Amino acid sequence: MEVSKLLGFLLRRGVKAAIVVLAIVVCNFLLVHAAPGDPASVIAGQSGAADAVFLEQLRKQFGLDQPLHVQLWIYVKSVLSLDLGFSHRQQQPVSLLVLERLPATLLLTGAAFAFAVTSGVTLGALAAQRVGTWADSVITVVALTFYATPLFWVGLMLVLVFSVWLEWLPSFGMSSVGADLHGIAVIWDVAQHLLLPALTLGLFYLAVYARLTRATMLEVADQDFVKTARAKGVPEGRILRAHILRNALLPVITFAGIQAGQLLGGSILVETVFAWPGIGRLAFEALLARDYPVLLGVFFCTSVMVVLFNLVTDLLYAIIDPRVEVAG
Amino acid sequence: MKDFWRRYRRNKGAVVGLAVLLLVMLMAATAPLLFPGSPWDMASAPFMPPGEMGMLLGTDSLGRDVAAGIAHGARISLLVGAVSTAAALLVGVSLGAVAGYLGGFADDAVMRFTEFFQTIPSFVLAILLVAIFTPSIGSVVFAIAVVSWPPVARVVRAEFLSLRGREFVQAAEVLGKSRISIVLTDILPNALSPIVVLSSLMVATAILLESALSFLGLGDPNLMTWGFLIGSGRSVIRLAWWMSVFPGIAIFLTVLSLNLVGEGLSDALNPRLARQRSGAA
Repeated sequence: MEVSKLLGFLLRRGVKAAIVVLAIVVCNFLLVHAAPGDPASVIAGQSGAADAVFLEQLRKQFGLDQPLHVQLWIYVKSVLSLDLGFSHRQQQPVSLLVLERLPATLLLTGAAFAFAVTSGVTLGALAAQRVGTWADSVITVVALTFYATPLFWVGLMLVLVFSVWLEWLPSFGMSSVGADLHGIAVIWDVAQHLLLPALTLGLFYLAVYARLTRATMLEVADQDFVKTARAKGVPEGRILRAHILRNALLPVITFAGIQAGQLLGGSILVETVFAWPGIGRLAFEALLARDYPVLLGVFFCTSVMVVLFNLVTDLLYAIIDPRVEVAG
Repeated sequence: MKDFWRRYRRNKGAVVGLAVLLLVMLMAATAPLLFPGSPWDMASAPFMPPGEMGMLLGTDSLGRDVAAGIAHGARISLLVGAVSTAAALLVGVSLGAVAGYLGGFADDAVMRFTEFFQTIPSFVLAILLVAIFTPSIGSVVFAIAVVSWPPVARVVRAEFLSLRGREFVQAAEVLGKSRISIVLTDILPNALSPIVVLSSLMVATAILLESALSFLGLGDPNLMTWGFLIGSGRSVIRLAWWMSVFPGIAIFLTVLSLNLVGEGLSDALNPRLARQRSGAA
């Protein structure tokens, strides 16, 4: 019974996710057609790098000589078969370019996310516990500060302090150029390169999670079941961990799903600052070259990742909180 | 009004925020007087550190005055922030009002549409929009408006849902007022305070978005912006830290002051909520 319910829930969410993905493909198609001028020449870029063969190839991919709905159908079919077009600038299929860069971005966003959630929830919990004291004020001010600072600027300042002035950490790329490293040394090298970008990307979300955790913990702490626990003599530490924090975590999970897209968007800025070889950097390079197939590919890929991530958080939510109606 | 100001004043941070915001506005308004001439013109030797040769905040790689760039950039940041927020409010309020007042199928359709826009990575979409429609102040405003209306629609819908069943709305319906006039003259004025609070936060987010876009080289090529200043300082940060440090501080102060003003407005407009909050805090 339980398993079949969960499967049905998964199926419904899966269908919903598929519809969103389809809508994104249509959105991509409309974007290309909304641009001024011939879609083929828009995709090829205005700088004259496109030759007649490439334009012809694009016209074929979009079926530009056919009615609009046929064009849409052709485009949807090609994207769903994972054909995201061809980057003339890089002489490679877009799907290959994106896949090549994906692991670096996943590493960066994953590390930033883990850092933001763990330290954000910890700081938020500390602030909620010490409501009204100076520690609470400090945490609130820190959160407000990171909330108002541009991500790319934080990155540049960290480079300035830790790479230029102190010379502690590398500011560029994912691994040392020309170094012949093996085994554990490679991991150590990548970790050193990862620290600043992950910190930059994570600090903003740390602020968000700290504020969210503080607010929900204060709310939960007022509820009856906490008073009951206290009345029956449960130790204060256990009340905090098992009763308050556990319930306060639910909105944090929901929020993580909502934030996934912003995290990926932020990685474009961070990867640009640190020359991190992920899809964000790919998007920036494509931007400079006006390489539209790659930009559209990055948009599609990041959107699909967000949809998948939301699917996971939905499932997680249903597992953690048994009260959630899986019928929803 | 006096009451409003008294409640606003109780939030110290909000008062400081308002003062800073007014200073930034003053700087934007007086930029052509403080720094006559184009901020793109060479003012001194390149890479002058702050304080040297009369350049308060130093010069960039082409000898342009960083301080002049910041003052002129304030105009663009505030303008883009205000106009794109106004556009996003127009879309968000209209859609939210339709969804919340009509309910049923219209509500469902609008909410699915809103959810879709909240799912897709908004910054990536903004980049794509500006790149495809070629960078200009118009396309930047358009892109920011497209990605920032969904929260407005949600808030307005929720307000309308709770207000439409109230007695004064029912009375207006019985009196035979048209739907449009009920929405505009009866419901909307009562839903204004969350919209006001939200819009001050939206201006802040819009300024951050604009700076990020122009940092990536997607700003209007004819306009000096804070993001452009930081972007051009990025590659020479080892030589000239001041090129990226000062414009960033300008963005930070402006955005922070807008966030603080938002909190103050929220306290002043929802006195009950504010008391609850200070009771809990």
